[in-house]
Amino acid sequence: MADARLETIARECRVQIIRMLTHAGSGHPGGSLSVIDLLTTLYFGRLRHDPQRPDWPDRDRVVLSKGHAVPALYTVMAKSGYFPESRLVTLRKLGSPLQGHPDRTALPGIEAATGSLGQGLSVSLGLALGLRLQGSAARVYCILGDGEIQEGQVWEAAMAAPKLGQPKHPLDNLCVILDYNKIQLDNFVKKILDLEPVLAKWQAFGWPVIEIDGHDLDQIAKALDQAEARKGVPTFVVANTVKGKGVSFMENDPEWHGKAPKPAEAIRAIREILGVPEPRWTEYLAKNAATRAIVDELAALEAK
Amino acid sequence: MPAKASRAAFGEALLELGARDDRIVTVDADLSKSTMTTKFSKTYPERAFNVGIAESNMLGIGAGLALTGKVPFVCSFACFVVGRFETIRMSVAYTQANVKMVGTHCGVAIGEDGYSQMGLEDIACIRALPNIPVVQPADELETKQVVAYAVEHEGPIYLRLTRQNLEPVCPPDYRFELGRWLVLRPGNDVTLIASGGTVFNTLEAAKRLDADGIAAEVINAACIKPLDEELLLRSVGRTGHVVTVEDHSISGGLGGAVAETLGEVMPMPLKRLGVQGFGESGDSKGLYAKHGLDPAGIASSVRKFLNR
Ligand SMILES: Cc1ncc(C[n+]2csc(CCOP(=O)(O)OP(=O)(O)O)c2C)c(N)n1
Ligand SMILES: [Mg+2]
Repeated sequence: MADARLETIARECRVQIIRMLTHAGSGHPGGSLSVIDLLTTLYFGRLRHDPQRPDWPDRDRVVLSKGHAVPALYTVMAKSGYFPESRLVTLRKLGSPLQGHPDRTALPGIEAATGSLGQGLSVSLGLALGLRLQGSAARVYCILGDGEIQEGQVWEAAMAAPKLGQPKHPLDNLCVILDYNKIQLDNFVKKILDLEPVLAKWQAFGWPVIEIDGHDLDQIAKALDQAEARKGVPTFVVANTVKGKGVSFMENDPEWHGKAPKPAEAIRAIREILGVPEPRWTEYLAKNAATRAIVDELAALEAK
Repeated sequence: MPAKASRAAFGEALLELGARDDRIVTVDADLSKSTMTTKFSKTYPERAFNVGIAESNMLGIGAGLALTGKVPFVCSFACFVVGRFETIRMSVAYTQANVKMVGTHCGVAIGEDGYSQMGLEDIACIRALPNIPVVQPADELETKQVVAYAVEHEGPIYLRLTRQNLEPVCPPDYRFELGRWLVLRPGNDVTLIASGGTVFNTLEAAKRLDADGIAAEVINAACIKPLDEELLLRSVGRTGHVVTVEDHSISGGLGGAVAETLGEVMPMPLKRLGVQGFGESGDSKGLYAKHGLDPAGIASSVRKFLNR
């Protein structure tokens, strides 16, 4: 049964992703839209955290190893209350804590600097181990990109995680999620360097693997529950996703990995995300002041 | 005190500090026998992690541990630690993770293993990153104080340690302070600045120069970043000549750091002694002689530099 609240949040976050990238004039929509359902489920369904106390020692940690998708993370952080949503449009602007890639020192709530792909899993291992040594119940969630796992350091960490801390401090507080959207920067992953059989690879390294539809909020929640219930080893979740999910002209197109929409494209994207057919758009906007404000802002950007 | 390798002094210090401070943990990459964390890992097996031959992962795990409040010492040969520069840059430096990076087996002094195992570019690399002190102790006493300091220091730090034994050079009442150098021997004709493994030979060279009527001031520069700018300017302001002596690439190390500062603040004749080109296999005495880092070589370079 789909959680309507989470679906609404995910939809709103998609709108904000499009909005902030358009204001920034650069950034990565494809991987932000593919990961947002995972982040929404985490931040609003699972995470034990307190935005008022981002340094709470027993908070659950999220490490977005595919750091270029940080606009998605900023939207769920803003909605959770780490900072006002109005600040989202400062993304990538001089002086903003919303750096183009996550900066731990700039924004409370960011757990590690990422953006240089391939490093977040190692840091997550250290976090999970440190929490275990402390006797903390906190969990660590690490999100990897599919292209990202071509990096060698990922496999150093993959090899170590099921063994590290054993037998007294196994890293069963760690859940790793692969945003398997089948596209990397230059092209489809299959065309650059195929990962298959990806499940078998992680299983061979000693990880229990769960495969899900990464846009099905129920499946995500269930996988996270299963991971939490699993004792003695960390869990790997392969989330099959669609790059650019929610915007027809971005979906499954490598071109939308790393470019921002133009204002007119953004407005169309927002309409699609909200599921409003073209003929009903004016009427919709008349009734929805918040969306109207976002669209007007974007239209003003176009005029500039 | 007998001569002791700074890696050995490090291992002893870690054991001692570990007893008092349970935040301290070690992360090694299959070189713990060489980095000498073994005393610690035998005593505190639950706080010592060997992640296999995977230095990038070692650094990242160290960063994560630090972010939960642990004080991790991540240890390998200097070349292998700093060889994973990209992980240091992101996961340690930019993250501002409180990781204590320890690079042992620095310089050509490791000898027979040859270039592949020699840390010769580590100072240059780490020095380029914001906010990471680079510290190279010169003897057992200084090493133990530096390790104790590293535990207290908030933020990442890099310690550069030797494989070879180091003769004691610091006075018994010496106290290490970040950014403070130590005049081991006063003199008015030339300032010799050495660090780590070259300090003792530089003192020996100064004795030889004395016999020629050259009064060399010898400074132990444990802190390569930050430099002791005050002491540097005071000393070279008096002597008017400066020679740096280090077992590291001639580019970007202690000599480079001193040259950068003096070039801006007080330009003057300067000579950098260090390693040129790749290292190679050989006995460490022979290698020091070849690179002019033995007492005779240092003294002769200083004479030539002063036109004496
Ligand atoms: C070490 C490193 N190399 C290259 C890049 C440039 N880069 C940014 S995103 C990207 C593709 C990432 O693909 P994937 O992990 O599949 O991410 P997603 O599809 O979720 O956007 C690349 C190559 C980088 N950020 N880091
Ligand atoms: Mg991808």
